[in-house]
Amino acid sequence: MRYAAQRLAQAIPVFFATTFLIYTMVFALPGDPILALAGDKPVPEQVLAVMRARYHLDEPLLVQYGRYMLGVFQGDLGETFTGQPVSELLQDRWAVTAQLALTAWVFELAVGVGLGVLAGLRRGGAADTAVLAGTTFVIAVPVFVVGYTAQIVLGLNLGLFPTAGTDEGWPGSYLLPGMVLGSFGLAYVARLTRTSLVENLRADYVRTATAKGLARRRVIGLHALRNSLIPVVTYLGVDFGNLMAGAVVTEGIFNLPGIGQQVFQSIQLQEGPVVVGVVTLLVMIFILANLAVDLLYGVLDPRIRRARA
Amino acid sequence: MLARDAWAELRGRAVFWFSTAVLLVALAMAAFPGLFARLGPNEACDLRMSKRGPADGALFGYDLQGCDYWSQVVHGTRASIVVGVAVTVFALLISIVLGLIGGYYGGVADALISRITDVFFGIPFVLGATVVLVAFPDHGIWAMTLVLVLLGWTTMTRLMRGQVIAVKDMDFVAAARMLGASDRRLMFRHILPNAIAPVIVVAMLNVGNVIAGEATLDYLGVGLQYPDVSWGLQLNIAQTFFAEHPHLLVFPALFLTATVLSFLMLGDVVRDALDPRLR
Repeated sequence: MRYAAQRLAQAIPVFFATTFLIYTMVFALPGDPILALAGDKPVPEQVLAVMRARYHLDEPLLVQYGRYMLGVFQGDLGETFTGQPVSELLQDRWAVTAQLALTAWVFELAVGVGLGVLAGLRRGGAADTAVLAGTTFVIAVPVFVVGYTAQIVLGLNLGLFPTAGTDEGWPGSYLLPGMVLGSFGLAYVARLTRTSLVENLRADYVRTATAKGLARRRVIGLHALRNSLIPVVTYLGVDFGNLMAGAVVTEGIFNLPGIGQQVFQSIQLQEGPVVVGVVTLLVMIFILANLAVDLLYGVLDPRIRRARA
Repeated sequence: MLARDAWAELRGRAVFWFSTAVLLVALAMAAFPGLFARLGPNEACDLRMSKRGPADGALFGYDLQGCDYWSQVVHGTRASIVVGVAVTVFALLISIVLGLIGGYYGGVADALISRITDVFFGIPFVLGATVVLVAFPDHGIWAMTLVLVLLGWTTMTRLMRGQVIAVKDMDFVAAARMLGASDRRLMFRHILPNAIAPVIVVAMLNVGNVIAGEATLDYLGVGLQYPDVSWGLQLNIAQTFFAEHPHLLVFPALFLTATVLSFLMLGDVVRDALDPRLR
């Protein structure tokens, strides 16, 4: 319990510092959104002043940020410079990205751990070599190249998956984008599981368990695998946040109307409120996922719980 | 001793020689593109040849502007290599300084450094980089480097700090301290050489990741801009015409993948060589 409280106490200032940094990056950088709104037309000084006051652009940055965060905790993400509430703009899009990230995440978890165990049980064997070579390759190819190669070959030429859009709903439309998005993490999970399992299989406690006469299945399943998955759980936790953010590229390729696509358009249009809204929520998810992992860590490994408490 | 063992191990690995060879070629292409390419960047382009496939005299065919694609792809090497190596070197320097200070002194300095690391660790890479790059539209290779360093120093710093903490309580450090060695001497003579090996390995892997990251930003259209030549930019253009003109995608993707893969494989074999437990 004390451990949990301590971690929470660390996470809160980090959350505010990160979101403030993002806020500063978006709003303190060059480019006046009010002027941009008017296009080439000259804007009278009074109109500028009124608009600036309406969006609180005339106040110090720290005050603006404080006002904004107060709103965020009441579910209000502010409004765009054209007057539409940001939360309304993002409402339907969150579901798309969440489905995409979740598909990718399950794919990483199931296939990644499976391949890792397969490789780790027979270190140096054919399966091990194949998994190592395959995962190195997947890590090296940029996601967008994987993306449109898969789109053309599996989607267009072989017709196994829909090529773009969300017409078929979940899971049909999300399978291929999910696999593409999760491919990098999958390779990572597989390698992590393998290395960790190889190390644990040599540990004294595994030898003891075998010497006691436990069946191999039980030794691996109950003892070695459980300890091997600790670093994998860490990675998977951190990666959920990465997947949500990494959706920018995948959503672009497969034309999925998620937050990634929206935020990318907004950055280019200098729609600060949307960008800050999305990134703030992403940072929140990221920090919460990390926190959850740290707490889960304690459950999986009693040594950590006692050592840090 | 460890270095000699590691070298003996490395020498026998085919993967080591293969990735070193690929990287030497890539470095040569980045430093002296004129030795490989027939033409300069964006030189002697002929729009009538736009998107034509490989043919006599044009090994890789032509790009959208009708430039010789082989020459263009060769000239694209420099951006990737310079950004990948420069970002990693700067990030490594930051991580050595911050990791040593935080790990060695502990206390307030450590807490402060750790929290700042957490803050930067929490910024999503693509989105964070896009926000900064869009605000400064006229950015070249060095501005890209700066942005990528800003978002990419955290992993190595955390690792370095952990390593320093693990090493500083060892007996040889205590012995040196009792002999009257100063803090600075302890840090740089005794702790750093014994703590840095895993960080160097991660740095090698990092070069590959940075190169892929830079290409992703180019691909999204917020990285380097024409008339700069880079693999990411070529892939950006290729996405529209890929179905009918696959050579536009295949060649830069091949070069990019081979380079990234070589850095990753090199990092992997060096790690295996440095870690006696895996032998």
